[in-house]
Amino acid sequence: MADEALFLLLHNEMVAGLYRAAEQGEGENGRCTTKLESIGFRVGQGLIERFTKDTARFKDELDIMKFICKDFWTTVFKKQIDNLRTNHQGIYVLQDNKFRLLTQMSAGKQYLEHAPKYLAFTCGLIRGGLSNLGIKSIVTAEVSSMPACKFQVMIQKM
Amino acid sequence: MSRPPGRKQENHKISGELFVLTYGALVAQLCKDYEKDEDVNTCLDRMGYGIGVRLIDDFLARSAVKKCRSYSETADMIAQVAFKMYLGVTPTVSCSSAARNEFSLILDKNPLVDFVEELPAERASLCYCNLLCGVIRGALEMVHLPAEVTFLQDRLKGDAVTEIGITFLRKAEDRKHRRNK
Repeated sequence: MADEALFLLLHNEMVAGLYRAAEQGEGENGRCTTKLESIGFRVGQGLIERFTKDTARFKDELDIMKFICKDFWTTVFKKQIDNLRTNHQGIYVLQDNKFRLLTQMSAGKQYLEHAPKYLAFTCGLIRGGLSNLGIKSIVTAEVSSMPACKFQVMIQKM
Repeated sequence: MSRPPGRKQENHKISGELFVLTYGALVAQLCKDYEKDEDVNTCLDRMGYGIGVRLIDDFLARSAVKKCRSYSETADMIAQVAFKMYLGVTPTVSCSSAARNEFSLILDKNPLVDFVEELPAERASLCYCNLLCGVIRGALEMVHLPAEVTFLQDRLKGDAVTEIGITFLRKAEDRKHRRNK
């Protein structure tokens, strides 16, 4: 069905369009990131429902995080997360060395400051997926060198 | 491995749903941002244009089609190759003018509205799939075929089918003139 190119282009247009609208309007940059994250949240919720329809019940939190890193990431970004670290106390760091949404951009320092805009949607995607699996979390992302990036997931104990 | 068979096809379907779900969430966000339906429609069209001008490169690289020699060949190409490649559906093409520069694509299955039941009452004039119009317009412009693309009928608004109308803006005689030079 819909090709990968379509999603990549739509994502880029979404980021550009929302930021352009903000510039013309009040100029509130922070709101754009929130909007992107909430779009990602909604998509993540829907996707994880469709995806885990037939899978077995997850044993524990770590099992869920491994699922996100392997199956979920493979379906959405055609590759697995390269490195998963945890402190076993509710903080997980997912490292992707060649993040799909950043590979189209120059790999130097030129766009480093703009890179976080392109991660907001994916942060929401992870948060939405976890939320529908019963885990409340806060997801942030950082880019130290293109196109590698790290997503930090902090599980909130309810 | 204890995976059930047919897993790969399911995954492929789900990555298709990623696009549809993202599009739906995007339209919902735009509806929150803009009060008037026309603004949302314009915004979607503009985004679609931006996508179309880039998508055409991807399309030409993947499909390696030869140059189209007439407007009706172009319309057929859009329907049978492009739509099939990106959305998995093949609309039917019909030519609706004597000048042979107006065509319409009739979609009886529109994957973008897979998860949409109906438009909310206060959004009656929203063109949910307006992105598609922008994409087609942008792509055609990049191959030097300016066109106007709009929705003629929309199933979400109660019509029987979804119909996209493409009107090529340059007259057919102009193309012939250039060749004779």
